[in-house]
Amino acid sequence: MARTTSFRLTFWKLVLLFLLAAGLYATVIRFTQGLGASTNLSDRFPWGIWISFDVLCGVMLAAGGFTLTAAVHILNIKRLHSIIRPTILTAFLGYILVCAALMYDLGRPYNIWHPLIMRNPHSVMFEVAYCVMLYTTVLALEFSPIVLERFNLQKPLKVVRAILIPLVICGVILSTLHQSSLGTLYLIVPEKLHPFWYSPLLPAFFFISAIAVGLAMTIFESSLSSKHFGLQLELPVLQELGRVLIVVLGVYAILRFEDLANRGVLKLTFRPGYETYLFWLEILLGIVLPLALLLQKRVRTSANGLYLAAVSTVLGFITNRMNVSITGFEGSTGVRYFPKWTELAVTGMIIAIGFAAFALAVKYLPIFPKEALGTEPVAQAEAAGVGNEAVLIHAGD
Amino acid sequence: MCIGCKQCEQACATQNNLSYDDTIAGEEYQSAHKLTCILTRGDKFMRRLCMNCQDPTCASVCPVGALKKTALGPVTYDPSKCMGCRYCMVACPFSVPKYEWGKLFPKVQKCVMCPDRVVQGKQTACAEICPTGATKFGEREALIAEAQQRIRENPGKYVDHVYGLEEVGGTSVLLLSAVPFETFGYRTDVSKDPLPMLTYRVLSHIPDFVPLGGMVLGGVWWITHRREEVALAEGRPAEKKNGGEQ
Repeated sequence: MARTTSFRLTFWKLVLLFLLAAGLYATVIRFTQGLGASTNLSDRFPWGIWISFDVLCGVMLAAGGFTLTAAVHILNIKRLHSIIRPTILTAFLGYILVCAALMYDLGRPYNIWHPLIMRNPHSVMFEVAYCVMLYTTVLALEFSPIVLERFNLQKPLKVVRAILIPLVICGVILSTLHQSSLGTLYLIVPEKLHPFWYSPLLPAFFFISAIAVGLAMTIFESSLSSKHFGLQLELPVLQELGRVLIVVLGVYAILRFEDLANRGVLKLTFRPGYETYLFWLEILLGIVLPLALLLQKRVRTSANGLYLAAVSTVLGFITNRMNVSITGFEGSTGVRYFPKWTELAVTGMIIAIGFAAFALAVKYLPIFPKEALGTEPVAQAEAAGVGNEAVLIHAGD
Repeated sequence: MCIGCKQCEQACATQNNLSYDDTIAGEEYQSAHKLTCILTRGDKFMRRLCMNCQDPTCASVCPVGALKKTALGPVTYDPSKCMGCRYCMVACPFSVPKYEWGKLFPKVQKCVMCPDRVVQGKQTACAEICPTGATKFGEREALIAEAQQRIRENPGKYVDHVYGLEEVGGTSVLLLSAVPFETFGYRTDVSKDPLPMLTYRVLSHIPDFVPLGGMVLGGVWWITHRREEVALAEGRPAEKKNGGEQ
């Protein structure tokens, strides 16, 4: 038994090391030879996977942070309190990694601070830049009590706790703006983006789906953590999130299809084709499957059923973001974009760092309630090992 | 009127310090090293270049204001401001801005309508060199009047449309053609309204949304916590919904 554990530990660490090595090699290529050599981007296709996955999906996957802080601190739903720290950790890591990815994608990354002093309030990208900067700061502050507690720094802890509510309110507002503004970005391309995805409601779609994904990610990471860190699963809490997820997905589905019908695009979605298949993949994974699962009480109350529904939701909306930013442009630009290995390597490395950092934070910081975590060395070793296992699971999707 | 001599291409390259040779002359598309190009379709020629829109999408989407519409017409680019997000390339309805993909710290490249020359009261390099007058430089109103007059006086010679008069709210480059504009890849289905309003309509709500959102969230917080306080004061357990750890 002990032998198996140590074998797995080594194997997943190797996977992590491989992803890091490949990513670092790609990083060297990116920062010595430029975007042309390290990406499949071109004049006709200027945004690729670093924007689609690392930024659009990254921000979306971090949405649990504002959803849960709003539920716990604003709506005062105390039952959710036990899962708020891992959620904030995910959001904080997510935003740091989005910033890291931006450094790869920007052509002149050393000018990333320019929006601070060169302002163009007519630009959505300007809003996005400010939201990223401000919300990362808010998340750092929301996360800080965890670190301050660890080192028993009472004075700063008091300060942060005193401003917690205004901080949470700022966080919710900034997130609302940021999640929706990533949709607003695409309002400027009515002739270029495929009608399945171009809609005046894009900001609303991005925002509502971010809430859904925020809930799904919370279920996903709580399930994974309970499995791998040997924690007790907060099943009643997750069931509650599952119920809210039904409502959010329902609202999204109604709005989405009403919009398609209003714009007269609905019948186009039954015409076979590249865009049609990817559109239905997104709808099946993101809406149909999770709703079909969650609407059955037997599934909704089971840990595995909830987990499956959450994973499906996340994958569905990852597909959605990729469709909006890649699939939807392939028709009008006449380009079939597929990322170069260097682009994939950087993205893989960023995901790997995310999972490794999560595992390390759980190991060294009070993320989960003390009583839930095993204190024996064996349990800790297992925790560290399985944290790495999560790396592969995610890298596989 | 254009005879496809490509002298405008050459003059443009010289003006913008770009190299120009036979290979580049053979390229029928705009790129970071070729800011205008002559398109050949049978015996008809057409130019492609930045339209220098009246209300340019690129300038509206640029987060740092590196792209700017100047009063005299040119839409200029300041590389020292640019952070390389490439939103201008995504957003431009004519897909004009190009990127120096081969460089480590690339610039956006596009025709900027020779702003230095225009300020001095000179014509653009391409208009000055044109041997046939196919490219003409002047006041927008005067050029529109002339274009419409040419269409009126030569029935059947031109497509009855001045491209750029209304496209995306009007452009500083106007085109006349004997064959449909689509022949040369010019989209005729672009909006008649300037595109920047599409995003600004949403962005302009932010100043209202922030205080309103803050008030609503603060209000909800106050209510939910007040309920708890009242419950505590009255000595009954907090509502079930808020139950759990205290």
